[in-house]
Amino acid sequence: MIEFEIFGNKDTRSGFGEGLQELGKKNPNVVGLCADLTGSLKMDAFQKENPDRFFQIGIAEANMIGMAAGMTVGGKIPFTGTFANFSTGRVYDQIRQSVAYSNKNVKICASHAGLTLGEDGATHQILEDIGMMKMLPNMAVIVPCDFNQTKQATIAIADHEGPVYLRFGRPVMPIFTKPDAEFVIGKADVLLEGTDVTIIACGHLVWKSIEAAKKLEAQGVSVELINMHTIKPLDTEAILKSVAKTKCVVTAEEHMIAGGLGESVAQVLTRNLLVPQEFVAVDDTFGESGTPMELMTKYGIDTDNVVAAALKVIARKNA
Amino acid sequence: METLELERIASQVRRDILRMVAAVNSGHPGGSLGCTDFATVLYFEVMKHNPASFSMDGIGEDIFYLSNGHISPMWYSVLARAGYFPTAELGTFRKLGTRLQGHPSTDKKLPGIRMASGSLGQGLSVALGTAASKKLNGDDRIVYTLHGDGELQEGQIWEAAMYAAANKVDNVIATIDYNGRQIDGDVDQVLSLGNLRGKWEAFGWIVLEMDGHRIDEIKATMAEAKALSGNGKPVVIIMKTEMGQGVDFMIGSHKWHGVAPNPEQLANALSQLPETLGDY
Repeated sequence: MIEFEIFGNKDTRSGFGEGLQELGKKNPNVVGLCADLTGSLKMDAFQKENPDRFFQIGIAEANMIGMAAGMTVGGKIPFTGTFANFSTGRVYDQIRQSVAYSNKNVKICASHAGLTLGEDGATHQILEDIGMMKMLPNMAVIVPCDFNQTKQATIAIADHEGPVYLRFGRPVMPIFTKPDAEFVIGKADVLLEGTDVTIIACGHLVWKSIEAAKKLEAQGVSVELINMHTIKPLDTEAILKSVAKTKCVVTAEEHMIAGGLGESVAQVLTRNLLVPQEFVAVDDTFGESGTPMELMTKYGIDTDNVVAAALKVIARKNA
Repeated sequence: METLELERIASQVRRDILRMVAAVNSGHPGGSLGCTDFATVLYFEVMKHNPASFSMDGIGEDIFYLSNGHISPMWYSVLARAGYFPTAELGTFRKLGTRLQGHPSTDKKLPGIRMASGSLGQGLSVALGTAASKKLNGDDRIVYTLHGDGELQEGQIWEAAMYAAANKVDNVIATIDYNGRQIDGDVDQVLSLGNLRGKWEAFGWIVLEMDGHRIDEIKATMAEAKALSGNGKPVVIIMKTEMGQGVDFMIGSHKWHGVAPNPEQLANALSQLPETLGDY
């Protein structure tokens, strides 16, 4: 029986807020920058405790990224905060030149990523950000799965020298990773060991995949579940080790198929071990207004989509 | 430093610029020649800096960012002549494997450069970041930037301008290369800046003006800007220059923004500029 200890229900953005607050206490070089979304990003605690190290930029994201890059000259470790849409697409060229190409120690922290931003609709529901960020040389891309892991990831990236994109979200979701679990950038977590299919997921889709694994188990399917919290650098070894056993893969993410985790995994498989793969991700369309869970269902990134993809990929393997 | 000596350095920098762009038949001589006198005064008279032991963090040093990165030949020459790296390396400009990339970069580790630039409009924000870092570090040195006038058409410049005044940033001195030209022609025709002094004043900056080709005036204005810093307001200098300054057939025309002289034109240009410190 698949069972996970649940440590409560919270949003991943709150994990970022707590992680940043802890960094404020232990690392005097950490500074925070926010573009008029301090409450939404849960940066208020850091702001309150470190007023000299918090910079309210206003609604001027390009200036925020440029300033963050400039702050690294002098040894600061800037954490920028705004919605994922305004953290990436709006400021892509600023990130490209002043952060990635210049290889500056900036942490771009992005909340409200993907469809689960919900009612605000497609203008704010970015589904292309992982792709944009992973294409940039020097940039690490991290998508933690729950509150605890987002907190640990926030703390861990302060010790990683170089640009990082940290992506998290708004909805309240179950917490299933341990509060003190060490976060290692680039090292995947194998959550379930199984033999019939490998499911590789990131972000909110890790919980959906746990639920899917339970349903599959009830049908006699043995699932190996990997939480791929770091999209770049990708843990190729973990993928190949698992796939050598299961011979088929489902990837699951709250992102476009194009540019996402699934595409990165497909690249690894194509080069090393060609096996069937199915993609649970948004297929070349914008979102719309709705509750987070309604949207996940409508756009095909819910528990049942993971189940269907697993059964399909196993059938392809056995065909 | 004596004005005469600064003029001698500037003459050599102009020769370097022309020889660098001619050697690879690419690069941006117009704006480079126009900003030579300013950068010479900045590096040889105004800034406190350590060419012999460059550090990325620049603690205790004044820092300069070139926001209009396309005039890199001028910056590279000034950096080399100031002692950041051997002048012989100027001969590698824009060639495969060089540290002197077409636009300034940090990935090749060229001493003197702390941020890539080229895509316009980003340098003022970067300067504000470093200025904030200096304040947190208790470092009272100043951050200098240079911008093209055409570059002011980028919206990010005005985001940064608004931030600086609202937050009383007073350890940044920005300079505008006000030559009135950009790639497609006169700035007034492409997209007029209107009342530029009035715009900066409305954004809350102290505005100074200077002739960018009179060494004494640059020295005096930079000293005034420095004296005005530390008082709760950012300072900008609108610097009147001529694109192509120092070469009679290049001066005042946008046509030499991004075009290199051919061998005959190079010989003609060099004949107008004394070789004072020895060509690289």
